[in-house]
Amino acid sequence: MHKPLSGGAAARLARPRHDPLGERLAAIATPDRAEIEEIVRTVFSTLHGDLSAKDAKLLAEVEDLGRTIAAAKAEIAALRVDDITASHIPSATDELDAIVAHTAAATNSILEVCEMLDVAAGSATGAMAEQLNDATTRIYEACSFQDITGQRISKVVLTLKTIEGKVAQILAAFSDPVAAETPGAQSAPDAEAALLNGPQLPMVAMDQSEIDRLLASFE
Amino acid sequence: MSIDKDMNILIVDDYKTMLRIIRNLLKQIDFNNVEEASDGSEALAKLRTGQFGLVISDWNMQPMTGLQLLQEVRADARLKATPFIMITAESKAENVVAAKQAGVSNYIVKPFNAETLKEKIEKVLAHA
Repeated sequence: MHKPLSGGAAARLARPRHDPLGERLAAIATPDRAEIEEIVRTVFSTLHGDLSAKDAKLLAEVEDLGRTIAAAKAEIAALRVDDITASHIPSATDELDAIVAHTAAATNSILEVCEMLDVAAGSATGAMAEQLNDATTRIYEACSFQDITGQRISKVVLTLKTIEGKVAQILAAFSDPVAAETPGAQSAPDAEAALLNGPQLPMVAMDQSEIDRLLASFE
Repeated sequence: MSIDKDMNILIVDDYKTMLRIIRNLLKQIDFNNVEEASDGSEALAKLRTGQFGLVISDWNMQPMTGLQLLQEVRADARLKATPFIMITAESKAENVVAAKQAGVSNYIVKPFNAETLKEKIEKVLAHA
């Protein structure tokens, strides 16, 4: 248990005190980058006389590496990477969304005309009716391209958003080491989410006959 | 076995154009009683209040996926025997296996043609 302070002692403690050690510790805790670089350079310059040829070569390599990193940082800054997340990727995703909207509108127009042909086929007879029916069936089948392309474009949009996130992480890495270590907010994929991959490229996709064989293997 | 072409079929897809295509293809093979739902939960509500002889569903939908719909259907005492065809762009073996384990009756990969649709429907209904 604490003893209560006398009135004089309490007044002394309440007064601001000059604390040179505390100030120096605080200064060390928040080092100035330029100051550290200057110190390192000074130490290196005094070491040259005592170094072996091997050490000097190693130091030269380290210096060279430092210059390369500085140059890379300057190049990244000059690239205006911010533009990628602020302008380029949003613009690309808008364009892709427009493609989906336009092809959907066109597909619906085609379907509308096809439905009119179907009605006309209803009043036709014989070979003519059969031909019209075959033609409209093929048009309906072909129109399903819209669904597949829409899903493929969604995958591209997702990829662009992933790139956007990675670029933001790179930017953070060059400006704030703590931010760079913080992973982006990602929801853990559950078992079913891992199964939702959309259309596969033709060279890796299973076709209907392979799926039929797989299903038959369960029977 | 003869197939009842007057049966109600529920088609489920979050993409209206695809619903329109499937409806038209079904019409061409003489299935005219077709109802639509835009995701699993809407489909489940329709299934629980109606009478359907077949469900044709997409997989990738929100908020309830086709796989979740299939699992709900198979877990429901009244609906569990309803034939269920999955039509999806998901063409990996693990998808087919997961759907089969959940009780899918058949699996059609997009893009598909009218002949495949007809063949699978006939096969499924013959075993129903």
